[in-house]
Amino acid sequence: MSATPLLELRGIDKSFGPVQVLRDVAFAVQPGEVTALVGDNGAGKSTLVKCISGIHPTDAGEFFFEGAPVSINSPRDAAGLGIEVVYQDLALCDNLDIVQNMFLGREKRSGLVLDEATMEQMAADTLAGLSVRTVQSLRQHVSSLSGGQRQTVAIAKAVLWNSKLVILDEPTAALGVAQTAQVLELVRRLADNGLAVVLISHNMNDVFAVSDRIAALYLGQMVAQVRTTDVTHAQVVELITAGRTESTADLGKTTSTGADR
Amino acid sequence: MTTTTAAVQKESAPAPAPTLGDHVRGYLARVRGGDIGALPAVLGLVVLCVVFSIMRPSFLSAGNFANLFTQGAAVTLIAMGLVFVLLLGEIDLSAGFASGVCAAVLAVLVTEQGLPWYVALVAALGTGVLIGLVLGLLVAKIGIPSFVVTLAGFLAFQGIVLLLIKGGNNVSVRDSVLVAIANRNMPPVLGWVLAGVAVAGYAAVQLLRHRKRAARGLVTDPLAVVAARIGGLALILGVAVYILNQERSRVLVTSLKGVPIVVPIIAVLLIVWTFVLQRTAYGRHIYAVGGNKEAARRAGINVDRIRISVFVICSAMAAIGGIVAASRANSVDANTGGSDVLLYAVGAAVIGGTSLFGGKGRVLDAVLGGAVVAVINNGMGLMGYSSGVKYVVTGSVLLLAAGVDALSRRRATATGNR
Repeated sequence: MSATPLLELRGIDKSFGPVQVLRDVAFAVQPGEVTALVGDNGAGKSTLVKCISGIHPTDAGEFFFEGAPVSINSPRDAAGLGIEVVYQDLALCDNLDIVQNMFLGREKRSGLVLDEATMEQMAADTLAGLSVRTVQSLRQHVSSLSGGQRQTVAIAKAVLWNSKLVILDEPTAALGVAQTAQVLELVRRLADNGLAVVLISHNMNDVFAVSDRIAALYLGQMVAQVRTTDVTHAQVVELITAGRTESTADLGKTTSTGADR
Repeated sequence: MTTTTAAVQKESAPAPAPTLGDHVRGYLARVRGGDIGALPAVLGLVVLCVVFSIMRPSFLSAGNFANLFTQGAAVTLIAMGLVFVLLLGEIDLSAGFASGVCAAVLAVLVTEQGLPWYVALVAALGTGVLIGLVLGLLVAKIGIPSFVVTLAGFLAFQGIVLLLIKGGNNVSVRDSVLVAIANRNMPPVLGWVLAGVAVAGYAAVQLLRHRKRAARGLVTDPLAVVAARIGGLALILGVAVYILNQERSRVLVTSLKGVPIVVPIIAVLLIVWTFVLQRTAYGRHIYAVGGNKEAARRAGINVDRIRISVFVICSAMAAIGGIVAASRANSVDANTGGSDVLLYAVGAAVIGGTSLFGGKGRVLDAVLGGAVVAVINNGMGLMGYSSGVKYVVTGSVLLLAAGVDALSRRRATATGNR
């Protein structure tokens, strides 16, 4: 395998009361790659993401960031490391404009006063860096944007902070065809810019369109982490629904962690 | 790898400077899209003034113009505080009687305890802050809906007013400084100076921002629009000060002219709170919490602290309103801050364009709405209608304003503008 992963998790356990949601999960994310995190409903995708982003504490397991052991106990810790999450429901304020949303909670100020000019310029630069040309004005209220544009703003917000790892939770779930293409293109561009990207998706077309690696969760266990080019559509579906494929042997040579017990 | 069919992308060249026409068209589009802001209040104000001036020419006299300010001051001040609570989509029903409690504290300390006016003033303000803190903690930390907490406050504070002034007594306020707040005028020269300072300050802020943005290559409003704004403010202030500086006394023994002292008080608070809401991170966070609480929380904003703080601001502003009311009436009785005060204040904020659904509103709305309420009250009084009719009309106007708010919100949703 390639160089040190940007983020590596080992032996992550997580229970909510009597329900064990994650069992001995190992997960690695490489910089400059899109890692698709797939799995059926209830497989533990969202829980895993919440553990990474510091919302849920883990019961056991280790985190390594750029090779060094770290502990992530709060969203602030995660943000400090450069981990940003783009949530499914986007978490944008409709009554604020694009710039205001992108800097929400981390406003630039000069003294007591908000430094609008700097913020607007940084937002414009970030969007330009992502080759986003679909928004007319940065001072538009987010409410007037289309679903794809909102997703773009949410992603740009995550990128603004020199983040190293961007986690996208179902970014295309509510989008039409053209907008999905637009967002996937943006996701690809993030990875091409050297960021590590984790893409949670139910949509196999999306997964195969942009991802470099696929990590499959099945009932709280990481059943495979493979290169996208090494698997077929059907094999991934089998991993998601049954937790294994007939050709598991093939997959074993790339990675297999906690798969067969 | 990438199977992206480049989506249709509109090429927007590096920000073409909008012309005056673009600006006007943009504004009209926003209004059509449901973002009407204070437009109904301004139109309503114009219509009401025209109607009342035709029906009762005395409405237009300088004396009556000055009366409008002193009559509407207390309600406007309370409404300014309510805007903060409404911005979060909460409500403070206790603001009226909170102002009564603070006024009672003021009166009791200054008249019965014989303390100096500034001590009583600080105590009254402190009482307001304390009331807001308690309300805010109950809402944010315990999680009781603000409607219920402040309804309880409404009843309890009414009782506290009675206890403070010992039943049906009427505690008079005779301190000359306190009485001056709502009953005296500034020397005419000072009025002109302050108006000049206000216009110059506004012009400086607007032009500086324009230059700074232009220097950075950001989209700027056309200079004509900036000039029009400054000119508009200068015109309004100039006319108002000119009228208020006319001799209003009917008997020539005493002279009565100048801008009422409450006007600069309201103006300063308006500027301060507008600055807080529009130019500070704290203000931005208030809008964020009002717009999407969950998004604000995830952005690392301390939502509870914001919620508590707006109740503190609201009750503190209620205290100032109470002080002005006590000053105007020269006394505090069981009805100070009671009866219609709260509903007028809520009405003022909503009529001005502050949304009851949270996330939308300005402090200026409270002032405009307060003006509408004051004009209705004053004009109908001049026309000799009973207070019964006044209540019905004001109630209808409030309902109309809330209806406009709800409808514009629906229209905004339909046009994807909100």
